[in-house]
Amino acid sequence: MNVLEIHNLCKSFGAVRVSRDICLSVAAHQCHALIGPNGAGKTTLIHQISGVLRPDAGQVLLDGHDITAQPIWRRAQAGLGRTFQITSVLPSFSVRENVALAAQAKAGSSMRFFAAASDEAALNRRAEAILARICLEDRADVLAADLSHGERRLLELGIALAGAPKFLLLDEPMAGLGRVESAMLIEILAVLRREIPMLLVEHDMDAIFRLADTVSVLVEGAVVARGTPDQVRADPAARAAYLGEGTVGDPVGGTLGGTA
Amino acid sequence: MSLTLLLIQCLNGLQYGMMLFLIAAGLTLVFGVMGFINLAHGVQYMVGAYLAFAFLHLTGNFWLAALLSMLTALVFGLLLEHFIFRHLYGRDHLDQVLATFGIIIFLNELAKVIFGPATLSLPVPELLSGSIPLTPELRYPVYRLATIGAGVLVAGLLYLAVGHTRVGMLIRAGATTPQMVAALGVNIRRLFTMVFGVGAMLAGFAGVIAAPIFAIEPGMGDNILIVAFVVIIIGGIGSIRGAFLAALMVGLIDTLGRSLATLATGLILPPSMSDQVGPALASMLIYILMAGILVFRPQGLLPAKGAA
Amino acid sequence: MVRDRAPIVAGTIFALLMVAPFGLGLIGQGYLTGLLMRAMLLAIAALALDLLVGQGGMVSFGHSAFVGLGAYALAIGLQAGIESLLLLTLIALAVSGLFALITGVLALRTSGVYFLMITLAFGQMTYFTLTSLAAYGGDDGLTLWSMATLLGTDVAQNAGQIYFVILVVMVAVWWLMHCISQSRFGRVLRGARDNPERAEVMGFSVFRYRLTAYVIAGMIAGLAGVLTAQQNEFVSPALATWQHSGDLLVILVIGGLGSRNGAILGAFFVVIVQDLLGAVMPEWRLIYGPLLVLVVLFAKGGLNRLLGPAQTGSVA
Repeated sequence: MNVLEIHNLCKSFGAVRVSRDICLSVAAHQCHALIGPNGAGKTTLIHQISGVLRPDAGQVLLDGHDITAQPIWRRAQAGLGRTFQITSVLPSFSVRENVALAAQAKAGSSMRFFAAASDEAALNRRAEAILARICLEDRADVLAADLSHGERRLLELGIALAGAPKFLLLDEPMAGLGRVESAMLIEILAVLRREIPMLLVEHDMDAIFRLADTVSVLVEGAVVARGTPDQVRADPAARAAYLGEGTVGDPVGGTLGGTA
Repeated sequence: MSLTLLLIQCLNGLQYGMMLFLIAAGLTLVFGVMGFINLAHGVQYMVGAYLAFAFLHLTGNFWLAALLSMLTALVFGLLLEHFIFRHLYGRDHLDQVLATFGIIIFLNELAKVIFGPATLSLPVPELLSGSIPLTPELRYPVYRLATIGAGVLVAGLLYLAVGHTRVGMLIRAGATTPQMVAALGVNIRRLFTMVFGVGAMLAGFAGVIAAPIFAIEPGMGDNILIVAFVVIIIGGIGSIRGAFLAALMVGLIDTLGRSLATLATGLILPPSMSDQVGPALASMLIYILMAGILVFRPQGLLPAKGAA
Repeated sequence: MVRDRAPIVAGTIFALLMVAPFGLGLIGQGYLTGLLMRAMLLAIAALALDLLVGQGGMVSFGHSAFVGLGAYALAIGLQAGIESLLLLTLIALAVSGLFALITGVLALRTSGVYFLMITLAFGQMTYFTLTSLAAYGGDDGLTLWSMATLLGTDVAQNAGQIYFVILVVMVAVWWLMHCISQSRFGRVLRGARDNPERAEVMGFSVFRYRLTAYVIAGMIAGLAGVLTAQQNEFVSPALATWQHSGDLLVILVIGGLGSRNGAILGAFFVVIVQDLLGAVMPEWRLIYGPLLVLVVLFAKGGLNRLLGPAQTGSVA
């Protein structure tokens, strides 16, 4: 059964059609990558899935439930986790508190006014477990504002994981990372993708080939090719629109219009 | 209530609306361009009125006094900008609010110390005294008509200036995308100072023309400032057209509401109650209007930002 | 962990306030007791406002409206023949809470400066509405000829021990705010202040949490209004003026945003400074106004900084 399904999604800004009849589905234990040149409408699509934008037509289903008309926070409650292309954490919170707050969203009502949240063992245990997964356990008491860019990207993922998502929406998780940091994040995601199905928007082809089971190529708001990474690389339409720009030569490495 | 009285109330409403527009225009420009919330804008209106009073006594000529008052209001505004506001542009809105709150407290007290706590008034200038017949049984003071005319004139000039000059283009751009204006390499400081000066002068001008109609007293700018905020919220922050439309709506509704509310509630409620409910309702009307606008158009009627 | 000396500082303040009337009574300074009561009443309203401004990042400029509503609820209730302070307080809480709910739903459709201006406008609406209540004194206000009784006694009256009633309420409100700031709710509120978009994506309806905080803060300000009316034996629309709202914000900034002790210290500081300046010259506002400007321009962090290790938002 598909965890995320997108049916015939359409969205226009004035005369510009940014999403043209997009269909997409991601099954359990699958990592689906979304690639495409800048301005292809990837971020707009992410916004429609996460609820920032309302599509003009079409449906978004999470776990079989229609979430097209739901506000952002309800989608999150329903199990949709996401990371932002531009890092979005709580700067005045410690790393642990960032993750603990995200965990709190899934652990019963937060309309509790008396007991100290930082004393809740269950939340703290959950936070520690997440921090261990993203290799930030040593930085638990540091303010998020004081983290390095790479650490903040990891925390970004940690916050998304803390909500125990059924599905992960990862918007360019490697953005701005150096080689070592990228490699580390890829290792973390490589383990995760067997647990949580995900939609990965990424420019980093290393990451795509390493993580993605299937790939969709988005060009001018429409999906022009779809298949395994190898199939897509061989697909003439995809090559013409995107890969054809000549940046991919060697079979496993190389980068497309993204980070070096 | 006769039709004549209704007509008079409409004219009064228009006139109040124009006054509101003069104040709201400066406020909305300053906020739109600089993101600066200036509570002391209302007190600059008061300063205009007191200046008119002082200069009239010095010169004996209303027109000369009006001119001098506006120039002084401009200089005064620029001094405030230079010594205080300039240091607050990048700051938190709470800081801006508190610093300008301190200025209000100071100037209200200063006015009281210099001119005394009692209300003062200014005679209507000779040229505009008297009244003219609008209908056989309706006469209306020339001065009030003249203020309506002055308001329309200023609105027209502002509209042209903002819509059709280079500075106006920058102001519009600044209200929608401030980063872009900075990126254009425009001297932002000078633009800010200019916009601020214009705002201060408009507030001073409103104070001058209000002087012969309303009582001049310490704190006279405070209430009108908050009504000007309501105007901006209804019209949309940073929008001159929005401020104009909203100022007229607020002016008319407030004025008509005050004269009609008791009458209207009297139709449904017994007199003893409508005497209580009517005035209370009348004073709430513009805020209810604001609330209604917020429900349907949280960005105001004609927002400058995100015009889509 | 080296953190949070706040309860110790607060305990010291409360202990001093507990013994103050005895000391002041001995040296014959009943007037000072009045001053302390005024400061405590302001502190209660400021503590409530800090939940919005300090914890929630919502700068409300209309908070005194709730003080006014609470005071008038007491006055009108008394005129209607209700004498129990507890019942009157319940009514006042209901009135201010309901008003907060209605205006909050509207004002929280926006944020930032819009929110500030809208709360200012609703505050002004309340003020003018109170002035138009001709049956209850209109502009001039209303003297309370009879006083409410606490469980049938005169404890909550000036003839009795109202000083201690106010102190107990202030301590209780401090404690409530202290709990809230560390609770799950407070954490969500601070998260939404830091980054509302993120809080939403975590699965929190930012609007609901903010509205809840707005209603709580409104009700506590209403409570401050009840006590203010009871202590002054007088209510007037002046309680709800926007200058009064401005004073509450001044208190928070001077005391230090996001700290309960700051709200209390700020209230005492402002009351004492106003009083001292007033004793020196009747035109004390000529000094007070520029003082505010200077505080904003040059002093950041507030009084609370002086009394404890630097507290960041995460401790709050």
